[in-house]
Amino acid sequence: MALVAIYSLFIINKSGGLIYYKDYGSAGRMDTNDSLRLASLWHSMHAISQQLSPTPGCTGIDLLQAHNFDLHCFQSLTGTKFFVVCETGAPNMEMLLKVIYELYTDFVLKNPFYEMEMPIRCELFDLNLAQVIQKDRVALLGR
Amino acid sequence: MPPPTAPKSGDALFASVDRVNAELFTLTYGAIVRQLLTDLEEVEEVNKQLDQIRDARVEYSNGLADLRSPKFLGYNIGTRLVDEFLAKSNVSRCVDFKETADVIAKLGFKMFLGVTATVTNWDAEGTSCSFVLEDNPLVDFVELPDTCQGLQYCNLLSGVIRGALEMVSMKTEVTWVRDMLRGDDAYEMRVKLIKQVPEEYPYKDDD
Repeated sequence: MALVAIYSLFIINKSGGLIYYKDYGSAGRMDTNDSLRLASLWHSMHAISQQLSPTPGCTGIDLLQAHNFDLHCFQSLTGTKFFVVCETGAPNMEMLLKVIYELYTDFVLKNPFYEMEMPIRCELFDLNLAQVIQKDRVALLGR
Repeated sequence: MPPPTAPKSGDALFASVDRVNAELFTLTYGAIVRQLLTDLEEVEEVNKQLDQIRDARVEYSNGLADLRSPKFLGYNIGTRLVDEFLAKSNVSRCVDFKETADVIAKLGFKMFLGVTATVTNWDAEGTSCSFVLEDNPLVDFVELPDTCQGLQYCNLLSGVIRGALEMVSMKTEVTWVRDMLRGDDAYEMRVKLIKQVPEEYPYKDDD
């Protein structure tokens, strides 16, 4: 069961456009349109949560918990959002998102042929991401 | 061990990133400036290209410019590097422009150039200050010839800072005040905060 710790990963640019979507064998695989729609919905919900917050300085939803999955979201100061959908109670997801952010800065932003705010098609990023996710699963298995 | 989310010190940050031979870096930058001088012929044009003085986004939306062209050297680098800096330094949101300037001077410069800058000459409103660099790895071996006296050799750096700050909602103007290549005693860059674009929702339709 530990193998399915992470269901999917999304990266949204600062205007709410989906720039990366990766599915890790979840039951409800989405087609492109659905994933795009979902990403922009999440972008809006994140924004709404900031406005709903009774305390000032709220930066939006970090964690959404449901009966059978958790959604962890990390927003960089530049407005790019990274979120993973994973098993309930999966640990270390904040760390994982931070590592993914670092990979994004290394293998996406530093690629001179990547255009900012556009969908990510960078093989090195895919490769390194796969390793990190794999490592994370192994770490979970070894607990 | 400090918690993983604590901001790193400048030295720790510098130690944690990959580096290349300093001469390769300095010579590569020199080659770029030389090539721009050859291509554009005008020193003033080269200054603009290194920094990209005009607003890239405005020109882009008017169809006047292509954001991918080397014209936007410093600015373009800045818009990309800022994320790397934020991801690897663990700094959190700065409370004011003063803190931002300190972070750039102590951590940003250290991480990417291996030197630190001093922040001085604050104006009364706290919206503009100077970064003073004693040591500048871009200019090792450089002597400006008479034909290039107007060249702002390090304009790339000002562009980087402007691009980086724009990505975190700060519009700035960055100009060189002192330049050792022109006989001054240090490198001094003036950074002026023009406006802080609030990140509030909803965005206006014309944004």
